[in-house]
Amino acid sequence: MTTPRTMFDKIWDAHVVQARADGTALLYVDRHMAHEGSHHAFRDLAARGLGVRRPRQNFATADHYVPTTGRRAADAASPEIAGMIETFDRNMAVTGITAFPLGDPRQGIVHVIGPELGITLPGLVIACGDSHTSTHGAFGAFAFGIGQSEMTHVLATQTLWQTRPKTMRISVTGRLAAGVSAKDVILAIIARVGAGGAVEHVIEYAGATIRAQGLEARLTICNMSIEAGARAGMIAPDDAVYTYLEGRDFAPRGALFAQAVAAWRHLPSDPGAAFDREVALDVAGLAPMVTWGTSPEDGVAITERVPDPDTLAGADERESARRALDYMGLVPGTPLEGLAIDRVFIGSCTNARLSDLRAAAAVLRGSRARVPVLVVPGSTAVKRQAEAEGLDRVFIAAGCDWREAGCSMCVGMNGDLVAAGERCVSTSNRNFPGRQGKGARTHLASPAMAAAAAVTGRLTDVRRLLGGA
Amino acid sequence: MRPFTTLAAVAAPMDAVNVDTDQIIPARFLKYPRSGGYGGFLFHDLRFGDDGSERPDFVLNQEPFRAAQILVANTNFACGSSREGAVYALADFGIRAVVAPSFGDIFHANCLKNGLLPIRLPAATVAALRAALHAAPGGRIAIDLAQRQLTAPGGSSHDFEIDPHWQRMLLEGLDELGLTLTQLAEIEAFEAGYRAARPWRATLMPGP
Ligand code: SF4
Repeated sequence: MTTPRTMFDKIWDAHVVQARADGTALLYVDRHMAHEGSHHAFRDLAARGLGVRRPRQNFATADHYVPTTGRRAADAASPEIAGMIETFDRNMAVTGITAFPLGDPRQGIVHVIGPELGITLPGLVIACGDSHTSTHGAFGAFAFGIGQSEMTHVLATQTLWQTRPKTMRISVTGRLAAGVSAKDVILAIIARVGAGGAVEHVIEYAGATIRAQGLEARLTICNMSIEAGARAGMIAPDDAVYTYLEGRDFAPRGALFAQAVAAWRHLPSDPGAAFDREVALDVAGLAPMVTWGTSPEDGVAITERVPDPDTLAGADERESARRALDYMGLVPGTPLEGLAIDRVFIGSCTNARLSDLRAAAAVLRGSRARVPVLVVPGSTAVKRQAEAEGLDRVFIAAGCDWREAGCSMCVGMNGDLVAAGERCVSTSNRNFPGRQGKGARTHLASPAMAAAAAVTGRLTDVRRLLGGA
Repeated sequence: MRPFTTLAAVAAPMDAVNVDTDQIIPARFLKYPRSGGYGGFLFHDLRFGDDGSERPDFVLNQEPFRAAQILVANTNFACGSSREGAVYALADFGIRAVVAPSFGDIFHANCLKNGLLPIRLPAATVAALRAALHAAPGGRIAIDLAQRQLTAPGGSSHDFEIDPHWQRMLLEGLDELGLTLTQLAEIEAFEAGYRAARPWRATLMPGP
C-alpha cells in the first residue's frame, strides 16, 4: 500500500521538474496570471532580452489601477494612473499573452475572472503576482502569490524554485445561522489561528460546513488564507466545481473534459493522510464578525466590545493593540454595535461576486443608505449578471454608487480612496493602516453586514434587520 | 545580484507585531519604476508627517539608527501584499538583513531574490536582541552567512537556518533565472512527459 497523501502532496509531486537534495524543488507552473501592477516584471524581462516562453499558459487583466467610473484609460483619476493602464496594454501587445484589458467583457479582478473563465482548474499549480492568489485553491489547485522577480522567472521558464511548505488542515463543522456567511467563518478562523499562524503552511479547509458552501463562498474562504499567513488555501474539488467549469472559455472540452474530471476525482486527500497541523472549529453559534483593529486577526462578534489591550498576553502585543486602537479612534470597552461610520465599500476579490451582491441587495432592498456606499462588482461579467437580475436598481434606489469592475477601494490604487479619519465598513480583506487611503479606518465585514451598516449608518448586527436576533 | 557574505552593522529594533507590507511601502508608490529611489518611500507614512517632515518618534529617524543596515523586527514581519516594492524600499534605504521570529512568506521569497538576507530566530532570542538595541543604541550585529551565525552586540552568538539553495545564491550573488535558463532542456522533457500523462492538459500547452 502506498502512503496516504494530502491533496497538496499530490499536486506538488506531479509538478516537480527537479528536486534538490536540500528540499527545494523546481516546480512547473501550469498557469500564470498578471495584472497592471506587474510592470516591474515585464520591464525586467525586456531588459534581459527575454520573451514569454509559454504565452498560452499566461493570462493578464487590468484591475488594480482601472477607473470604476468609465472604461477608458482617460477616465483614470490622474495621468500617472492612466499611464499604468497604457503601459499594461503595451506590455501585453508585445508578449502575446491572452489579456483582458479595460473595456474587454472578460475584464475583472484577476481572482474573480480566473474561475469565471475556466483558467482556474483543479490540480493545477497557479501563480500570480498578487498575494490573494490563494483564492484559486477553492477549486482544488495549488495557487500562490509571488513577487515580481519570481514573475519574471515564470514568464521566462514557466517554473519556480520553491521550498516545500508544511500542511495544515482546518476542519469546520456546525450549521451557519441566518445572516452568517463565509466571510464570518474566515474572519473567525483568522482570529483563532492568528495573522501569522499559518506562515510556511498550505491550509486545506475541510469538514461538513465547508463542503456545504457554494463555490463563491469557498472562494471567499480561500481568498483570505494569506491573512493567516498561509502560502495557499485549498478545498477538495467536487461535482459542483466540475459542473461549473464545463464549457468555460479556457477549460478543456468534450472528451478531454471527461478525462480531466476522471483525473480530478483522485485529487482529494486520501483517508488517513497526515497533516503537519490540525485545527478544528465549530461555527454553530457563530455571530456575524467585524474587525476592530488594524490586522485581519482582530475579528470579533458584532455583539462584543472593543477589547482592552491591557488584557493581552505579551508587551509587544499590548503595544501593537494600543497603537491600533489609537489609529482606529476607538476606546476599549465601547460596544461595536452602534459605532457610527462614514462610508461603506462593497467590492474586492473577497466579496464582489454575484452571491455577495445578492446578499447585500437583500438587506438594502427598499431602504435608503445613510452614508455613501460604493458597490464595485468583481468583474464585468458579474456586473452584467447583476444588472440582468436587477440588483443594480436595488443599489441605485438605495442611494448607492454602482460602478464598473476593478479592485477600487480595496487598495485605492485607482484613486477610489477613504479619506483620513473616515470610518469605512468594507467587504475587502485588509484593514491595515492606510490600506484604503492614508489615515483611513477600515472595519472588515461580510456583504450583508456592510449593507446593514449602510442602512443604519452604524455598525449593526444584520440579524436584527433580517428579523433574527 | 549583490553577494551577501558577512556584515557587521548598526541594527535598528522595531517592536510591533504583524508589520504589513502596506506599512513598509504604501500602495500609491508602487507605480514608480525601480530607478525612482524606493528608499524614500520606506515606511513612508510612519516616517513622515502630512507636511513631509520627519516624525521624530520613528526609529529610523533617530540617531544612530539612521545608519542601520540591519532591522530587528517582530513576529510575522512584512505580512500581506506580494509587493516586491517592500524589498526594493528596504534595500534602497540600505537595509541588508532583517531578523525576525517569522516573516510573511512572499516577502521572505522576495528578499532572497534581491540579495536581502531574512534571518529567522526564536522569538525570545529576537526579543533579547531588540531589548539590547534599545538599552544601548548603536549596538552592532555581526552576520556570517557561510557559518549561518549571528553575533549579538553583547557577543553572544546564535546559529540560524537557511535553505542551502538560497544560502548559495546569496553567498555567490548568483542570478537564479540565469541558472534556470541553462536547464531548459530538462523543463522541456518534463513538459513532454506531463502532457502525455495528462492529455487534457494539452489545452494548457502551446499547440503542436
Ligand atoms: S481586490 Fe484588493 S486584495 Fe483583491 S487583488 Fe485587488 S487589490 Fe488585491
